[in-house]
Amino acid sequence: MSDAAPVPGPPPPSGPPAKLRAGAGPRRFTAPALMVGPVVFFALFFGYPVAAIVDRGLRPDGQWELGQVGEVLTDEGIRQVLWFTTWQAAASTVLTLLLALPGAYVLARFSFPGKRVLRAVVTVPFVLPTVVVGAAFLGLIGRGGLLDDLWGLRLDTTVWAILLAHVFFNYAVVVRTVGGLWSQLDPRQEEAARLLGAGAFGAWRRVTLPALLPALAAAALMVFLFTFTSFGVVQILGGPGYATLEVEIYRQTAKLLNLPTAAVLTLLQFAAVAAMLGVHAWTVRRRESALRLVDAAATDRPPRGAGERCLLAGVLASVSVLVLLPLGVLVERSLRGPDGYGFDHYRALATTETGTFVVPPLEAVGNSLRIAAVATLIALVVGGSAAAALTRGAGRLVRGFDAMLMLPLGTSAVTVGFGFLIALDSPPLDLRSSWLLVPLAQALVGVPFVIRVMLPVLRAVDDRLRQAAATLGASPLRAWWEVDLPLVRRALVLAAGFAFAVSLGEFGATVFIARPDEPTLPVAIARLLGRAGEANYGQAMALSTVLMLVCATTLLALERVRPARSGEF
Amino acid sequence: MKRTSWRTATLALPVLLGTTFLAACGSESEDDATTAGGSTVTLVTHNSFEVSEDVLAGFTERTGYEVRVLRADDGGVMVNQAVLSAGNPQGDVLFGVDNTLLTRALEADVFAPHRAEGLDAVPEEFQLDAGEWRVTPVDHGDICVNYDRAWFTEAGIEPPQDLEDLADPAYRDLLVVQNAASSTPGLGFLLGSVAEFGQGGWQEYWQQLADNGVRVVDGWEQAYYEDFSGSSGEGDRPLVVSYATSPPAEVLYGPDPDIEEAPTGVSTGTCFRQIEFAGLLEGAENPEGGAALLDFMLSLDFQEDVPLQMFVHPVREDAALPELFTRHGATVESPLTLDADAVTEHRSDWVDEWTNLVVR
Amino acid sequence: MKESIVPQSGPKPPDSMVRLESLTVRYGDRSVVDGVDLSVGAGETVCVLGPSGSGKSTLLRAVAGLAPPAEGRVLLGGHDQAGVPVHRRGVGLMFQDHQLFPQHDVAANVGFGLRVRGAGRTERAARVAELLGLVGLAGAGSRTVTALSGGEQQRVALARALAPGPRLLMLDEPLGQLDRGLRERLVVELRSLFRRLGTTVLAVTHDQGEAFALADRVVVMREGRVEQAGSPVEVWSRPASEFVARFLGFSNVVAATVAAGTAHCAWGAIEVSEGAVEGPAALLVRPGGVHVAATGAPAVGRGRPGADGPATGLGCVVRSRTFRGDHVVLHLQPERGPALEATCSLRTAPEEGAAVRVAIDPAETVLLPPSM
Repeated sequence: MSDAAPVPGPPPPSGPPAKLRAGAGPRRFTAPALMVGPVVFFALFFGYPVAAIVDRGLRPDGQWELGQVGEVLTDEGIRQVLWFTTWQAAASTVLTLLLALPGAYVLARFSFPGKRVLRAVVTVPFVLPTVVVGAAFLGLIGRGGLLDDLWGLRLDTTVWAILLAHVFFNYAVVVRTVGGLWSQLDPRQEEAARLLGAGAFGAWRRVTLPALLPALAAAALMVFLFTFTSFGVVQILGGPGYATLEVEIYRQTAKLLNLPTAAVLTLLQFAAVAAMLGVHAWTVRRRESALRLVDAAATDRPPRGAGERCLLAGVLASVSVLVLLPLGVLVERSLRGPDGYGFDHYRALATTETGTFVVPPLEAVGNSLRIAAVATLIALVVGGSAAAALTRGAGRLVRGFDAMLMLPLGTSAVTVGFGFLIALDSPPLDLRSSWLLVPLAQALVGVPFVIRVMLPVLRAVDDRLRQAAATLGASPLRAWWEVDLPLVRRALVLAAGFAFAVSLGEFGATVFIARPDEPTLPVAIARLLGRAGEANYGQAMALSTVLMLVCATTLLALERVRPARSGEF
Repeated sequence: MKRTSWRTATLALPVLLGTTFLAACGSESEDDATTAGGSTVTLVTHNSFEVSEDVLAGFTERTGYEVRVLRADDGGVMVNQAVLSAGNPQGDVLFGVDNTLLTRALEADVFAPHRAEGLDAVPEEFQLDAGEWRVTPVDHGDICVNYDRAWFTEAGIEPPQDLEDLADPAYRDLLVVQNAASSTPGLGFLLGSVAEFGQGGWQEYWQQLADNGVRVVDGWEQAYYEDFSGSSGEGDRPLVVSYATSPPAEVLYGPDPDIEEAPTGVSTGTCFRQIEFAGLLEGAENPEGGAALLDFMLSLDFQEDVPLQMFVHPVREDAALPELFTRHGATVESPLTLDADAVTEHRSDWVDEWTNLVVR
Repeated sequence: MKESIVPQSGPKPPDSMVRLESLTVRYGDRSVVDGVDLSVGAGETVCVLGPSGSGKSTLLRAVAGLAPPAEGRVLLGGHDQAGVPVHRRGVGLMFQDHQLFPQHDVAANVGFGLRVRGAGRTERAARVAELLGLVGLAGAGSRTVTALSGGEQQRVALARALAPGPRLLMLDEPLGQLDRGLRERLVVELRSLFRRLGTTVLAVTHDQGEAFALADRVVVMREGRVEQAGSPVEVWSRPASEFVARFLGFSNVVAATVAAGTAHCAWGAIEVSEGAVEGPAALLVRPGGVHVAATGAPAVGRGRPGADGPATGLGCVVRSRTFRGDHVVLHLQPERGPALEATCSLRTAPEEGAAVRVAIDPAETVLLPPSM
């Protein structure tokens, strides 16, 4: 670091003093007022439907039948499912952390050409639908896959396939959550430790690791949550021999219509997820205080020496194997036609000649974009006001509110979908056949992302700036326009983009809602895959590639927008 | 410069979102208008439902009803949704309930009676609710073992003919089936074995299959594309549980639609019959339109459109089959069938038992 | 490397604790430190002085092993440090913004270096207490570092750097963030502390006052190169270049031509020493050497008045006056040549706008190499 780049002095440990934040300054909305919108949204489109379906299960004829609870919990098969759900989630989490931490380090500390692309690429899997990922992974580790060709190695229908796919999906969670904080830690803290005699690893362990611990815990919990509730991966890659709680809920609800058992399992999963979210909220709170952060832009540098170059090369290699290879398989198969490689399948997407669809698959792209845009708008409004409320308030109520809005991430899509069906079934809220249902369901998943992106940035806006604007004669609205908006604009765009990408790839909630005949990309892919014939398969792969490119482009554009002090994503 | 593009981008985003929102609202209000006019009939169905545009347009022309399609993920999910919303349905007509799920739907009083025109041309074997007329058969298909012709030619052995053959050591490690708990053809194949060997005998048969190296995968897509050698060529197993109409589909979507013989064949002794029904939903907003749609589904126009759209057979005897089917399709003389009530009663026990036997 | 980190146990006492030999550090294509030769003797305090971007912080980082040299060598105790990792060099560095570990309390910060070396709990506690006493923070061990004032953080950082007994202590803008009063007091404290402990110190600062008060020797850097090195008195009294002169705060510099012991410049002809190199040069006049008298009266100064010449009669207008406690600084606009700065007593200071005549005392002038 040269003298030319002075590092800002230590900011007060946790922003301006609490008194300053809470009382003074122009303030138009209070936390409770801002919470009304999100709470109503959440209650109407999540709480009520889920409660309705659970109620239908546990009180079939107006009588509570709680004997079911004990029966389900003591069932040997269910206990096996619970055990598998837990241990595979724990194993996936450990494996993801081990593989992704070097990546987080490299992205946080080194500058190298293509860094933005790398960050975007590792995030693509996170927003891809499991149908697509399942197909890609099978092409890699299944029968006739690359590993099979090379070494005769097959991992499908083994637990390794599930674990690897979980790493593939969640690599970005660790890289973005941990790496995001890491890049804002002053590297000179470690240097100070080394000058005091600590070795490179010792300095990391004693200085950086404690600072990273809250982010690590938050990332681990998120990965655990996502893998604990894993559905598509387990179904497609694990084969029939493996079932998570989520798969079992799906089976009991969608296949057997055994609502009592499904209700008990849903409550069980709720309890587990709520516990995780409670811990997560706690770690997030710890993360946001007591650390002095610097601008991420000032902390990276080109790798030096053989060791660092090896590390960078190692990370690039592992990303290539874990992320690029499966994605590459998709592309390869989309190009492979009867007469060798070509763009036949892509051309076929634009026509109706092959007859699979009344609407050409490319129209699905339009449907997807439109629905995702509406979902994004809803998620932004709901998530944005929730984040604003969280910024303004403190205390148990608000923290509970934060955790509550994350609950949809850990709830079975089939529960929500069926809940919609029986809860939103009478005017004025008969939305069952409305096109709005799909974006609403997608927004439920998008809201937590919006909050996680917006919250740290909103919290970082120093109230004294608004006070300064006010003393210069700005009205509260004007002060918001001049002070807040420019500061949060990047975060707003980032949040919108993330919600958009997540909606694009959302599959679970969409399939359990009877919807107007406007297939989205993931649905169109699933329909193509559901038909015999090589051309259908090729077109499914081509459409998957299109979806992947749309997601990647969105994410890459977002990399340009990422605020220097971003939150978890 | 950079700042300006920034500002443009951030301003453009809400505008873009707003416009799409308005556009979406616009298309919605159109729908509302037509619904209010009573000229829309809503069809609740599953992902595999398809119909030609001109055939559907013919219906609108004749009756004045626009058809609005609501889709669920698959037949099972669709029926369960219909059961949950019985009496206050999402639409007017439901299409796609099959004989394995029929009793569940009928017991939940999902349907209102309507005797569709054209039913006289439907053989009695398809009319499972004759007399009450709550459901109307529309199409049928057979879940059968398909084989890779090239593989068997090369290996110099005859493809299997019936279920017994599959347990023969000659066909060791050749068959891939789907999870009966999660896949429709998987369940159909299991039910076929129950029909063939009886409620007390199918377990032993599956034990033999397991000993003979049967592979179980989760879904049809994976079995057919990833494990079966006859389609995309990725897989290593020349026998797969699929449909009797898969060979015509292979030809139509294959590299050469004029090929002499389909690359895959059907073991006709392994087939379990699936019949798909449609019915007028109890509590429908537009029962007249629904009835008209049911009649239309048994019309020759629709019946003759069915094969190439959904790859199933029409139920009307007098419906002409396309050449693709007559040339490449298999004729199943005596498919396996099970009593719908028995299926409803025992299905989950059979699946559990099967899971313990074969998967775990 | 068997070398110990404790200064007294070096194989044989080297004449210089630190020696830099044509040290060059590059960031990309830019040489931030460019061929610097420098040595610091045992127990000596050397202060590197330079403006922002002169490469002085990078110099410290190179000695510490945090910035790899592109060329040249760093020797500590006579041993080449190439390949010696940071934590084995036995040097201490006090960062500009302290870099205290926020997750540790004061005692844990001070004891960090001892802990990573595996010192026992009791030994550590004793040493921490001793150092906290030394820096005037006895009993503050259990406080959290974020709750400390700037001056207290400074002292903790110092105690932490000293705790492992480094053979070289480096200070990066040690007092930069403190207010003026505290700074002046701390400089005195630091100097006496270093004397007492016999610590070898290499400090960098952009504040000449700090450098002169602290250092036995001052090194002025400019764009990665050493512009001048010497004792504070040497550097102050004989700046080696116009850059150094201006950096030290002298603004009375003018282009001159030297001929026969006289420098001819815009302000007139000024007598210089006999041996002065003939030809173009730059002339520095200290503000104290500019004697002011009201128009009409002869300019009278403390020094020897100049011989009769045009200099006695340089007419100026007083642009502004700045009080500096015991004296006044005058900003003058001469009738020819660039602006002049003069000091005079409060009593004799002319009003703003007054027309004055100035005389330049040759004893308060320095002849510098010509500027580019």
